[in-house]
Amino acid sequence: MKLPETQNIIRRQRLYEQLFIILGIVALLVALMTLLALFTRLAIDGMPRLTPDFFTNFPSRFAERAGILSAWVGSFLVMFVTACAAIPLGVSAGIYLEEYAPKNRWTAIIEINVMNLAGIPSIVYGLLALGLFVQILGFGQSILSAGLTLALLILPIIIVSTREALRGIPGGIREAAYALGATRWQVVSDHLLPYSSGGVLTGVIIGLSRAIGETAPIITIGALTFIAFLPSSPFIAEFPFISFKWVLDPFTVMPIQMFNWTSRPEEAFQFNAAAAGVVLLAMTLLMNGIAIWLRYRIRKSIKW
Amino acid sequence: MTPQPATTPPELKAQARELNFHYGAFHALKNISLPVYNEKITALIGPSGCGKSTFLRCFNRMHDLYPDNRYGGEIRLFPDDVNLLSPDVDPIEVRMRVSMVFQKPNPFPKSIFENAAYGLRVRGINKKAELEEKVETALVNAALWNEVKDRLQEPAFNLSGGQQQRLCIARALAIDPELVLFDEPTSALDPIATASIEELMLELKEKVSILIVTHNMQQAARVSNNTAFLFEGDLIEYGLTKELFVKPHNKQTEDYITGRFG
Repeated sequence: MKLPETQNIIRRQRLYEQLFIILGIVALLVALMTLLALFTRLAIDGMPRLTPDFFTNFPSRFAERAGILSAWVGSFLVMFVTACAAIPLGVSAGIYLEEYAPKNRWTAIIEINVMNLAGIPSIVYGLLALGLFVQILGFGQSILSAGLTLALLILPIIIVSTREALRGIPGGIREAAYALGATRWQVVSDHLLPYSSGGVLTGVIIGLSRAIGETAPIITIGALTFIAFLPSSPFIAEFPFISFKWVLDPFTVMPIQMFNWTSRPEEAFQFNAAAAGVVLLAMTLLMNGIAIWLRYRIRKSIKW
Repeated sequence: MTPQPATTPPELKAQARELNFHYGAFHALKNISLPVYNEKITALIGPSGCGKSTFLRCFNRMHDLYPDNRYGGEIRLFPDDVNLLSPDVDPIEVRMRVSMVFQKPNPFPKSIFENAAYGLRVRGINKKAELEEKVETALVNAALWNEVKDRLQEPAFNLSGGQQQRLCIARALAIDPELVLFDEPTSALDPIATASIEELMLELKEKVSILIVTHNMQQAARVSNNTAFLFEGDLIEYGLTKELFVKPHNKQTEDYITGRFG
Protein backbone atom coordinates (compact mmCIF):
# COMPACT_ATOMS: atom_id res chain seq x y z
CA MET A 1 0.00 0.00 0.00
CA LYS A 2 1.30 3.39 -0.87
CA LEU A 3 1.75 6.08 1.73
CA PRO A 4 -0.93 8.57 0.48
CA GLU A 5 -3.44 5.74 0.44
CA THR A 6 -2.62 4.79 4.03
CA GLN A 7 -2.93 8.41 5.06
CA ASN A 8 -6.32 8.62 3.42
CA ILE A 9 -7.57 5.62 5.35
CA ILE A 10 -6.30 7.07 8.60
CA ARG A 11 -7.97 10.42 7.82
CA ARG A 12 -11.29 8.68 7.24
CA GLN A 13 -11.00 6.67 10.46
CA ARG A 14 -10.20 9.84 12.37
CA LEU A 15 -13.32 11.46 10.92
CA TYR A 16 -15.51 8.60 12.19
CA GLU A 17 -13.89 8.98 15.56
CA GLN A 18 -14.68 12.71 15.62
CA LEU A 19 -18.27 12.01 14.59
CA PHE A 20 -18.76 9.58 17.44
CA ILE A 21 -17.32 11.99 19.97
CA ILE A 22 -19.75 14.70 18.81
CA LEU A 23 -22.66 12.26 18.98
CA GLY A 24 -21.65 11.26 22.50
CA ILE A 25 -21.41 14.84 23.70
CA VAL A 26 -24.81 15.70 22.22
CA ALA A 27 -26.40 12.68 23.92
CA LEU A 28 -24.83 13.64 27.21
CA LEU A 29 -25.99 17.25 26.88
CA VAL A 30 -29.58 16.23 26.14
CA ALA A 31 -29.68 14.17 29.31
CA LEU A 32 -27.92 16.73 31.49
CA MET A 33 -29.72 19.77 30.14
CA THR A 34 -33.14 18.23 30.65
CA LEU A 35 -32.28 17.47 34.26
CA LEU A 36 -30.78 20.88 34.78
CA ALA A 37 -33.83 22.59 33.26
CA LEU A 38 -36.17 20.61 35.48
CA PHE A 39 -34.15 21.35 38.56
CA THR A 40 -33.78 25.04 37.76
CA ARG A 41 -37.50 25.40 37.19
CA LEU A 42 -38.18 23.63 40.47
CA ALA A 43 -35.67 25.79 42.28
CA ILE A 44 -36.98 29.06 40.82
CA ASP A 45 -40.56 28.17 41.73
CA GLY A 46 -39.74 26.77 45.13
CA MET A 47 -36.97 29.00 46.46
CA PRO A 48 -39.18 31.87 47.68
CA ARG A 49 -41.12 29.36 49.82
CA LEU A 50 -38.02 27.86 51.45
CA THR A 51 -38.24 29.83 54.68
CA PRO A 52 -37.66 28.39 58.17
CA ASP A 53 -41.43 28.48 58.65
CA PHE A 54 -41.86 26.11 55.74
CA PHE A 55 -40.02 23.43 57.73
CA THR A 56 -41.83 24.05 61.01
CA ASN A 57 -45.41 24.53 59.79
CA PHE A 58 -48.05 21.89 59.35
CA PRO A 59 -49.99 21.77 56.10
CA SER A 60 -52.71 24.36 55.91
CA ARG A 61 -55.63 25.44 53.81
CA PHE A 62 -53.69 28.64 53.16
CA ALA A 63 -50.78 28.08 50.83
CA GLU A 64 -48.53 30.70 52.37
CA ARG A 65 -48.94 29.18 55.85
CA ALA A 66 -48.54 25.58 54.76
CA GLY A 67 -45.33 23.72 55.63
CA ILE A 68 -43.76 20.32 55.52
CA LEU A 69 -43.26 19.60 59.23
CA SER A 70 -45.41 16.47 59.34
CA ALA A 71 -44.02 15.35 55.97
CA TRP A 72 -40.32 15.50 56.78
CA VAL A 73 -40.83 14.07 60.26
CA GLY A 74 -42.90 11.28 58.67
CA SER A 75 -40.28 10.62 55.99
CA PHE A 76 -37.57 10.50 58.62
CA LEU A 77 -39.45 8.06 60.84
CA VAL A 78 -40.47 5.84 57.93
CA MET A 79 -36.85 5.74 56.75
CA PHE A 80 -35.79 4.78 60.28
CA VAL A 81 -38.19 1.82 60.31
CA THR A 82 -37.13 0.88 56.77
CA ALA A 83 -33.44 0.90 57.70
CA CYS A 84 -34.04 -1.09 60.89
CA ALA A 85 -35.88 -3.77 58.94
CA ALA A 86 -34.00 -3.81 55.64
CA ILE A 87 -30.39 -3.70 56.85
CA PRO A 88 -30.36 -6.83 59.03
CA LEU A 89 -32.58 -8.79 56.63
CA GLY A 90 -30.78 -7.75 53.46
CA VAL A 91 -27.26 -8.12 54.81
CA SER A 92 -28.00 -11.53 56.36
CA ALA A 93 -29.63 -12.77 53.18
CA GLY A 94 -26.70 -11.51 51.12
CA ILE A 95 -24.16 -13.19 53.39
CA TYR A 96 -26.11 -16.41 53.40
CA LEU A 97 -26.45 -16.51 49.61
CA GLU A 98 -22.82 -15.65 49.00
CA GLU A 99 -21.04 -17.56 51.75
CA TYR A 100 -23.25 -20.36 53.03
CA ALA A 101 -25.74 -21.46 50.38
CA PRO A 102 -24.64 -24.53 48.44
CA LYS A 103 -24.09 -23.61 44.81
CA ASN A 104 -26.88 -25.61 43.22
CA ARG A 105 -29.97 -25.15 41.08
CA TRP A 106 -32.13 -23.89 43.94
CA THR A 107 -29.65 -21.20 44.84
CA ALA A 108 -29.45 -20.18 41.20
CA ILE A 109 -33.24 -19.86 41.03
CA ILE A 110 -33.30 -17.81 44.23
CA GLU A 111 -30.53 -15.57 42.91
CA ILE A 112 -32.37 -14.86 39.67
CA ASN A 113 -35.51 -14.06 41.62
CA VAL A 114 -33.73 -11.66 43.94
CA MET A 115 -32.60 -9.79 40.83
CA ASN A 116 -36.17 -9.89 39.50
CA LEU A 117 -37.53 -8.49 42.77
CA ALA A 118 -35.58 -5.33 42.12
CA GLY A 119 -37.55 -4.85 38.91
CA ILE A 120 -41.05 -5.29 40.32
CA PRO A 121 -43.11 -2.09 40.06
CA SER A 122 -43.32 -0.50 43.47
CA ILE A 123 -47.11 -0.32 43.43
CA VAL A 124 -47.18 -4.12 43.49
CA TYR A 125 -45.27 -3.98 46.76
CA GLY A 126 -47.90 -1.50 47.92
CA LEU A 127 -50.69 -3.97 47.17
CA LEU A 128 -48.84 -6.76 48.94
CA ALA A 129 -48.31 -4.53 51.94
CA LEU A 130 -51.92 -3.42 52.00
CA GLY A 131 -52.97 -7.05 52.34
CA LEU A 132 -50.19 -8.29 54.59
CA PHE A 133 -49.18 -5.45 56.91
CA VAL A 134 -52.27 -3.27 56.97
CA GLN A 135 -54.98 -5.91 57.05
CA ILE A 136 -53.72 -9.38 58.00
CA LEU A 137 -51.10 -8.29 60.54
CA GLY A 138 -53.26 -5.36 61.59
CA PHE A 139 -50.56 -2.69 61.63
CA GLY A 140 -53.03 -0.29 60.06
CA GLN A 141 -52.14 2.69 57.92
CA SER A 142 -49.15 3.40 60.08
CA ILE A 143 -45.49 4.34 59.98
CA LEU A 144 -44.70 0.69 60.68
CA SER A 145 -46.61 -0.53 57.61
CA ALA A 146 -44.97 2.08 55.40
CA GLY A 147 -41.48 1.40 56.74
CA LEU A 148 -41.82 -2.34 56.25
CA THR A 149 -43.22 -1.87 52.74
CA LEU A 150 -40.31 0.28 51.69
CA ALA A 151 -37.94 -2.19 53.39
CA LEU A 152 -39.30 -4.95 51.14
CA LEU A 153 -38.85 -2.65 48.17
CA ILE A 154 -35.16 -2.00 48.83
CA LEU A 155 -34.25 -5.48 50.12
CA PRO A 156 -33.04 -6.63 46.68
CA ILE A 157 -30.78 -3.58 46.38
CA ILE A 158 -29.19 -4.33 49.75
CA ILE A 159 -28.88 -8.06 49.06
CA VAL A 160 -27.23 -7.49 45.71
CA SER A 161 -24.83 -4.83 46.99
CA THR A 162 -23.90 -7.00 49.99
CA ARG A 163 -23.10 -9.89 47.70
CA GLU A 164 -21.07 -7.69 45.40
CA ALA A 165 -19.12 -6.29 48.33
CA LEU A 166 -18.41 -9.82 49.57
CA ARG A 167 -17.40 -10.96 46.12
CA GLY A 168 -14.87 -8.14 45.98
CA ILE A 169 -12.92 -9.67 48.85
CA PRO A 170 -10.14 -11.82 47.40
CA GLY A 171 -10.38 -15.56 47.95
CA GLY A 172 -6.91 -15.50 49.47
CA ILE A 173 -8.24 -13.61 52.49
CA ARG A 174 -10.92 -16.23 53.13
CA GLU A 175 -8.43 -19.05 52.70
CA ALA A 176 -5.96 -17.37 55.04
CA ALA A 177 -8.59 -17.16 57.76
CA TYR A 178 -9.88 -20.69 57.23
CA ALA A 179 -6.32 -22.03 57.21
CA LEU A 180 -5.85 -20.66 60.73
CA GLY A 181 -8.77 -22.76 61.92
CA ALA A 182 -11.50 -20.14 61.77
CA THR A 183 -15.08 -21.32 61.50
CA ARG A 184 -17.29 -19.96 58.78
CA TRP A 185 -18.94 -17.59 61.23
CA GLN A 186 -15.56 -16.33 62.44
CA VAL A 187 -14.53 -15.69 58.85
CA VAL A 188 -17.75 -13.78 58.25
CA SER A 189 -17.77 -11.73 61.45
CA ASP A 190 -14.01 -11.07 61.82
CA HIS A 191 -13.18 -10.50 58.17
CA LEU A 192 -15.87 -10.46 55.52
CA LEU A 193 -18.30 -8.14 57.32
CA PRO A 194 -15.75 -5.51 58.33
CA TYR A 195 -14.02 -5.55 54.93
CA SER A 196 -17.27 -5.31 53.01
CA SER A 197 -18.92 -2.72 55.25
CA GLY A 198 -18.20 0.11 52.82
CA GLY A 199 -19.93 -1.61 49.93
CA VAL A 200 -22.82 -2.70 52.13
CA LEU A 201 -23.29 0.80 53.51
CA THR A 202 -23.23 2.27 50.02
CA GLY A 203 -25.97 -0.14 48.98
CA VAL A 204 -28.01 0.70 52.07
CA ILE A 205 -27.83 4.43 51.42
CA ILE A 206 -28.68 4.06 47.74
CA GLY A 207 -31.61 1.87 48.75
CA LEU A 208 -32.81 4.40 51.29
CA SER A 209 -32.48 7.26 48.84
CA ARG A 210 -34.70 5.33 46.49
CA ALA A 211 -37.18 4.60 49.26
CA ILE A 212 -37.45 8.21 50.41
CA GLY A 213 -38.88 9.27 47.06
CA GLU A 214 -41.30 6.37 46.67
CA THR A 215 -44.92 7.46 46.47
CA ALA A 216 -47.03 4.74 44.91
CA PRO A 217 -46.73 2.01 47.55
CA ILE A 218 -47.28 4.52 50.36
CA ILE A 219 -50.45 5.80 48.73
CA THR A 220 -51.58 2.23 48.22
CA ILE A 221 -51.34 1.40 51.90
CA GLY A 222 -53.32 4.54 52.58
CA ALA A 223 -51.10 7.22 53.99
CA LEU A 224 -53.08 10.35 54.76
CA THR A 225 -52.43 13.36 52.61
CA PHE A 226 -53.34 16.02 55.12
CA ILE A 227 -51.85 15.61 58.56
CA ALA A 228 -51.69 18.49 60.97
CA PHE A 229 -50.13 16.71 63.92
CA LEU A 230 -46.95 14.77 64.68
CA PRO A 231 -46.67 11.12 65.64
CA SER A 232 -46.25 10.58 69.38
CA SER A 233 -42.78 11.30 70.65
CA PRO A 234 -40.25 8.49 70.83
CA PHE A 235 -38.90 10.04 74.05
CA ILE A 236 -41.05 10.05 77.17
CA ALA A 237 -40.62 11.29 80.70
CA GLU A 238 -41.15 7.94 82.46
CA PHE A 239 -38.98 4.82 82.43
CA PRO A 240 -37.80 3.38 80.01
CA PHE A 241 -37.77 6.87 78.42
CA ILE A 242 -38.22 5.47 74.94
CA SER A 243 -41.61 4.76 73.47
CA PHE A 244 -42.53 2.95 70.30
CA LYS A 245 -46.11 4.12 70.22
CA TRP A 246 -45.26 6.30 67.20
CA VAL A 247 -44.78 3.32 64.91
CA LEU A 248 -48.52 2.73 64.83
CA ASP A 249 -49.45 6.39 64.27
CA PRO A 250 -50.79 7.72 60.98
CA PHE A 251 -48.32 9.76 58.98
CA THR A 252 -47.53 11.44 55.71
CA VAL A 253 -44.25 11.63 53.79
CA MET A 254 -42.58 14.19 51.55
CA PRO A 255 -43.62 12.84 48.14
CA ILE A 256 -47.21 12.47 49.28
CA GLN A 257 -47.27 16.03 50.57
CA MET A 258 -46.01 17.12 47.16
CA PHE A 259 -48.61 15.03 45.41
CA ASN A 260 -51.30 16.56 47.59
CA TRP A 261 -50.20 20.09 46.77
CA THR A 262 -49.88 19.53 43.04
CA SER A 263 -53.46 18.26 42.91
CA ARG A 264 -54.79 21.52 44.38
CA PRO A 265 -56.31 24.02 41.99
CA GLU A 266 -54.77 27.16 43.56
CA GLU A 267 -51.50 28.16 41.93
CA ALA A 268 -49.87 29.10 45.25
CA PHE A 269 -49.81 25.43 46.25
CA GLN A 270 -47.77 24.61 43.14
CA PHE A 271 -44.96 26.71 44.57
CA ASN A 272 -45.22 24.77 47.82
CA ALA A 273 -44.92 21.55 45.84
CA ALA A 274 -41.85 22.88 44.06
CA ALA A 275 -40.27 23.87 47.36
CA ALA A 276 -40.95 20.42 48.83
CA GLY A 277 -39.47 18.96 45.65
CA VAL A 278 -36.28 20.93 46.16
CA VAL A 279 -36.05 19.64 49.75
CA LEU A 280 -36.66 16.06 48.64
CA LEU A 281 -34.10 16.32 45.86
CA ALA A 282 -31.58 17.80 48.26
CA MET A 283 -32.17 14.90 50.67
CA THR A 284 -31.64 12.34 47.90
CA LEU A 285 -28.56 14.07 46.53
CA LEU A 286 -27.15 14.35 50.02
CA MET A 287 -27.63 10.63 50.64
CA ASN A 288 -26.08 9.69 47.32
CA GLY A 289 -23.22 12.06 48.03
CA ILE A 290 -22.59 10.35 51.36
CA ALA A 291 -22.61 6.98 49.59
CA ILE A 292 -20.04 8.13 47.05
CA TRP A 293 -17.85 9.66 49.73
CA LEU A 294 -18.02 6.47 51.82
CA ARG A 295 -17.11 4.31 48.87
CA TYR A 296 -14.17 6.55 48.09
CA ARG A 297 -12.97 6.49 51.71
CA ILE A 298 -13.20 2.71 52.00
CA ARG A 299 -11.55 2.09 48.65
CA LYS A 300 -8.68 4.25 49.79
CA SER A 301 -8.21 2.46 53.08
CA ILE A 302 -8.59 -1.13 51.81
CA LYS A 303 -7.09 -1.96 48.48
CA TRP A 304 -6.46 -5.55 47.52
CA MET B 1 17.71 -59.58 60.22
CA THR B 2 14.86 -59.86 62.67
CA PRO B 3 11.62 -58.33 61.45
CA GLN B 4 11.04 -54.87 62.86
CA PRO B 5 8.05 -54.49 65.15
CA ALA B 6 5.23 -52.70 63.40
CA THR B 7 5.63 -49.41 65.22
CA THR B 8 5.75 -45.94 63.80
CA PRO B 9 9.26 -44.74 63.19
CA PRO B 10 9.71 -41.91 65.69
CA GLU B 11 10.88 -39.40 63.13
CA LEU B 12 7.75 -39.65 61.01
CA LYS B 13 5.48 -36.57 61.32
CA ALA B 14 2.87 -37.37 58.73
CA GLN B 15 2.28 -39.92 56.08
CA ALA B 16 0.06 -39.98 53.03
CA ARG B 17 -1.21 -43.48 52.33
CA GLU B 18 -2.67 -44.29 48.94
CA LEU B 19 -4.03 -40.78 48.76
CA ASN B 20 -6.50 -40.16 45.95
CA PHE B 21 -8.22 -36.90 45.21
CA HIS B 22 -10.99 -35.96 42.79
CA TYR B 23 -12.15 -32.53 41.65
CA GLY B 24 -15.59 -33.63 40.52
CA ALA B 25 -14.84 -36.18 37.82
CA PHE B 26 -11.19 -35.21 37.49
CA HIS B 27 -8.81 -37.64 39.18
CA ALA B 28 -6.16 -35.19 40.39
CA LEU B 29 -4.07 -37.37 42.70
CA LYS B 30 -3.53 -41.05 42.10
CA ASN B 31 -2.54 -43.39 44.93
CA ILE B 32 0.12 -41.21 46.43
CA SER B 33 2.04 -42.56 49.41
CA LEU B 34 4.61 -40.23 50.88
CA PRO B 35 6.24 -39.70 54.28
CA VAL B 36 6.86 -36.30 55.87
CA TYR B 37 9.61 -36.38 58.45
CA ASN B 38 9.91 -34.50 61.69
CA GLU B 39 12.02 -31.36 61.62
CA LYS B 40 12.85 -31.88 57.99
CA ILE B 41 11.81 -30.06 54.85
CA THR B 42 10.02 -32.15 52.26
CA ALA B 43 9.73 -30.51 48.85
CA LEU B 44 7.15 -31.26 46.17
CA ILE B 45 8.21 -30.46 42.64
CA GLY B 46 6.66 -30.97 39.23
CA PRO B 47 5.31 -29.06 36.26
CA SER B 48 2.19 -26.83 36.51
CA GLY B 49 -0.96 -28.85 36.97
CA CYS B 50 0.84 -31.96 38.24
CA GLY B 51 -1.13 -31.91 41.49
CA LYS B 52 1.52 -30.72 43.92
CA SER B 53 -0.59 -27.90 45.36
CA THR B 54 -3.62 -30.16 45.38
CA PHE B 55 -1.60 -32.66 47.39
CA LEU B 56 -0.43 -29.99 49.82
CA ARG B 57 -3.93 -28.67 50.38
CA CYS B 58 -5.12 -32.14 51.42
CA PHE B 59 -2.99 -31.82 54.56
CA ASN B 60 -5.13 -29.02 56.01
CA ARG B 61 -8.37 -30.05 54.32
CA MET B 62 -8.52 -26.83 52.31
CA HIS B 63 -10.46 -28.74 49.66
CA ASP B 64 -13.37 -29.04 52.09
CA LEU B 65 -14.14 -25.38 51.43
CA TYR B 66 -15.26 -26.08 47.88
CA PRO B 67 -17.98 -28.39 46.61
CA ASP B 68 -17.53 -31.62 44.66
CA ASN B 69 -14.12 -32.48 46.06
CA ARG B 70 -13.46 -36.04 47.20
CA TYR B 71 -10.59 -37.59 49.14
CA GLY B 72 -9.59 -41.24 49.17
CA GLY B 73 -6.94 -42.96 51.24
CA GLU B 74 -5.41 -41.50 54.36
CA ILE B 75 -3.09 -38.88 55.69
CA ARG B 76 -1.81 -39.98 59.10
CA LEU B 77 -0.52 -37.37 61.51
CA PHE B 78 1.85 -38.56 64.22
CA PRO B 79 2.48 -39.10 67.10
CA ASP B 80 -1.21 -39.76 67.72
CA ASP B 81 -1.67 -41.55 64.41
CA VAL B 82 -4.94 -39.83 63.46
CA ASN B 83 -6.24 -39.87 59.90
CA LEU B 84 -6.62 -36.22 58.93
CA LEU B 85 -8.98 -37.09 56.08
CA SER B 86 -11.39 -39.11 58.19
CA PRO B 87 -14.94 -37.74 58.05
CA ASP B 88 -14.95 -37.97 61.87
CA VAL B 89 -12.13 -35.45 62.11
CA ASP B 90 -13.30 -31.85 61.99
CA PRO B 91 -11.39 -29.88 59.33
CA ILE B 92 -11.15 -27.01 61.85
CA GLU B 93 -9.23 -29.32 64.18
CA VAL B 94 -6.91 -30.28 61.32
CA ARG B 95 -6.24 -26.62 60.51
CA MET B 96 -5.50 -25.88 64.13
CA ARG B 97 -2.68 -28.42 64.01
CA VAL B 98 -1.42 -27.92 60.46
CA SER B 99 -0.96 -24.33 59.30
CA MET B 100 -0.28 -22.92 55.86
CA VAL B 101 1.57 -20.17 54.04
CA PHE B 102 0.18 -19.25 50.65
CA GLN B 103 1.63 -18.40 47.28
CA LYS B 104 0.70 -14.75 47.35
CA PRO B 105 1.23 -12.92 50.62
CA ASN B 106 -2.31 -12.57 51.96
CA PRO B 107 -2.26 -10.53 55.16
CA PHE B 108 -5.58 -9.32 56.50
CA PRO B 109 -6.30 -5.60 56.13
CA LYS B 110 -5.63 -5.20 59.84
CA SER B 111 -2.65 -4.16 61.92
CA ILE B 112 0.59 -6.12 61.92
CA PHE B 113 -0.16 -7.24 65.46
CA GLU B 114 -3.69 -8.39 64.69
CA ASN B 115 -2.44 -10.36 61.70
CA ALA B 116 0.03 -12.33 63.75
CA ALA B 117 -2.51 -12.74 66.55
CA TYR B 118 -5.49 -13.88 64.52
CA GLY B 119 -4.82 -17.61 64.83
CA LEU B 120 -4.61 -17.16 68.59
CA ARG B 121 -7.85 -15.18 68.72
CA VAL B 122 -9.56 -17.95 66.78
CA ARG B 123 -8.45 -20.27 69.56
CA GLY B 124 -10.11 -18.04 72.12
CA ILE B 125 -6.90 -16.48 73.43
CA ASN B 126 -7.74 -12.86 74.18
CA LYS B 127 -5.53 -12.00 77.15
CA LYS B 128 -3.32 -9.12 76.17
CA ALA B 129 -0.16 -10.37 77.87
CA GLU B 130 -0.40 -13.83 76.38
CA LEU B 131 -1.16 -12.49 72.91
CA GLU B 132 1.75 -10.08 73.07
CA GLU B 133 4.17 -12.75 74.18
CA LYS B 134 3.13 -15.24 71.50
CA VAL B 135 3.03 -12.62 68.75
CA GLU B 136 6.52 -11.51 69.65
CA THR B 137 7.84 -15.09 69.61
CA ALA B 138 6.20 -15.73 66.25
CA LEU B 139 7.57 -12.51 64.75
CA VAL B 140 11.04 -13.32 66.08
CA ASN B 141 10.81 -16.81 64.59
CA ALA B 142 9.70 -15.34 61.28
CA ALA B 143 12.72 -12.98 61.34
CA LEU B 144 10.45 -9.96 61.23
CA TRP B 145 10.51 -8.70 64.81
CA ASN B 146 13.33 -6.22 64.45
CA GLU B 147 11.71 -4.60 61.44
CA VAL B 148 8.24 -4.20 62.94
CA LYS B 149 8.57 -4.08 66.71
CA ASP B 150 8.07 -0.29 66.81
CA ARG B 151 5.07 -0.25 64.51
CA LEU B 152 2.94 -3.23 65.44
CA GLN B 153 -0.24 -1.15 65.19
CA GLU B 154 0.43 -0.06 61.61
CA PRO B 155 -1.55 -1.69 58.79
CA ALA B 156 0.07 -4.83 57.44
CA PHE B 157 -0.44 -3.49 53.93
CA ASN B 158 2.29 -0.93 54.62
CA LEU B 159 4.90 -3.70 54.61
CA SER B 160 6.86 -4.75 51.52
CA GLY B 161 5.96 -7.98 49.73
CA GLY B 162 8.72 -9.96 51.41
CA GLN B 163 7.82 -8.57 54.82
CA GLN B 164 4.16 -9.39 54.22
CA GLN B 165 5.08 -12.97 53.44
CA ARG B 166 7.17 -13.20 56.60
CA LEU B 167 4.20 -11.80 58.49
CA CYS B 168 2.08 -14.56 56.99
CA ILE B 169 4.72 -17.05 58.16
CA ALA B 170 4.58 -15.52 61.65
CA ARG B 171 0.80 -15.82 61.56
CA ALA B 172 1.15 -19.49 60.67
CA LEU B 173 3.77 -20.06 63.41
CA ALA B 174 2.00 -18.21 66.22
CA ILE B 175 -0.40 -21.10 66.75
CA ASP B 176 2.40 -23.63 67.42
CA PRO B 177 1.60 -25.82 64.44
CA GLU B 178 2.86 -29.37 64.20
CA LEU B 179 3.34 -29.12 60.47
CA VAL B 180 3.60 -26.05 58.23
CA LEU B 181 2.59 -26.17 54.59
CA PHE B 182 4.24 -23.72 52.18
CA ASP B 183 2.53 -23.35 48.82
CA GLU B 184 5.13 -21.76 46.52
CA PRO B 185 5.85 -19.15 49.19
CA THR B 186 8.35 -17.16 47.15
CA SER B 187 6.84 -17.18 43.68
CA ALA B 188 5.49 -13.63 44.11
CA LEU B 189 8.69 -12.26 45.62
CA ASP B 190 11.90 -10.73 44.33
CA PRO B 191 15.23 -12.63 44.65
CA ILE B 192 16.34 -10.87 47.83
CA ALA B 193 13.05 -11.51 49.63
CA THR B 194 13.19 -15.08 48.33
CA ALA B 195 16.64 -15.61 49.80
CA SER B 196 15.48 -14.34 53.20
CA ILE B 197 12.45 -16.66 53.19
CA GLU B 198 14.64 -19.63 52.25
CA GLU B 199 17.05 -18.82 55.04
CA LEU B 200 14.10 -18.58 57.39
CA MET B 201 12.80 -21.99 56.36
CA LEU B 202 16.17 -23.55 57.11
CA GLU B 203 16.00 -22.07 60.62
CA LEU B 204 12.40 -23.13 61.10
CA LYS B 205 13.00 -26.77 60.37
CA GLU B 206 14.83 -27.00 63.69
CA LYS B 207 11.45 -26.50 65.35
CA VAL B 208 8.75 -27.71 63.01
CA SER B 209 8.15 -30.05 60.09
CA ILE B 210 7.76 -28.40 56.73
CA LEU B 211 6.13 -29.50 53.51
CA ILE B 212 6.78 -27.13 50.63
CA VAL B 213 5.53 -26.92 47.07
CA THR B 214 7.94 -25.12 44.79
CA HIS B 215 8.11 -24.27 41.16
CA ASN B 216 11.75 -23.52 41.50
CA MET B 217 13.99 -26.56 41.41
CA GLN B 218 17.02 -24.72 42.72
CA GLN B 219 14.93 -23.77 45.70
CA ALA B 220 14.01 -27.42 46.35
CA ALA B 221 17.67 -28.36 46.00
CA ARG B 222 18.77 -25.57 48.34
CA VAL B 223 16.35 -25.99 51.21
CA SER B 224 14.84 -29.47 51.29
CA ASN B 225 15.99 -32.74 52.81
CA ASN B 226 13.63 -34.90 50.79
CA THR B 227 12.03 -34.28 47.44
CA ALA B 228 9.05 -35.80 45.68
CA PHE B 229 8.47 -35.40 41.96
CA LEU B 230 4.85 -35.44 40.85
CA PHE B 231 3.63 -35.66 37.29
CA GLU B 232 0.00 -35.71 36.15
CA GLY B 233 -1.24 -36.77 39.55
CA ASP B 234 1.24 -39.59 40.02
CA LEU B 235 4.16 -39.68 42.41
CA ILE B 236 7.00 -40.46 40.02
CA GLU B 237 9.93 -40.44 42.36
CA TYR B 238 10.69 -39.71 45.99
CA GLY B 239 14.04 -39.67 47.75
CA LEU B 240 16.70 -37.70 49.53
CA THR B 241 17.08 -34.37 47.79
CA LYS B 242 20.81 -34.74 47.32
CA GLU B 243 20.32 -38.10 45.60
CA LEU B 244 17.26 -37.24 43.54
CA PHE B 245 18.86 -34.20 41.99
CA VAL B 246 22.18 -35.88 41.32
CA LYS B 247 21.11 -39.34 40.32
CA PRO B 248 17.41 -39.62 39.51
CA HIS B 249 16.22 -43.18 38.94
CA ASN B 250 13.37 -42.27 36.69
CA LYS B 251 13.68 -40.95 33.15
CA GLN B 252 10.81 -38.42 33.61
CA THR B 253 12.40 -37.05 36.79
CA GLU B 254 15.67 -36.65 34.98
CA ASP B 255 14.00 -34.87 32.06
CA TYR B 256 12.22 -32.52 34.42
CA ILE B 257 15.15 -31.59 36.63
CA THR B 258 17.44 -31.11 33.67
CA GLY B 259 14.88 -28.72 32.20
CA ARG B 260 13.79 -30.76 29.23
CA PHE B 261 10.13 -30.09 30.06
CA GLY B 262 8.02 -28.36 32.64
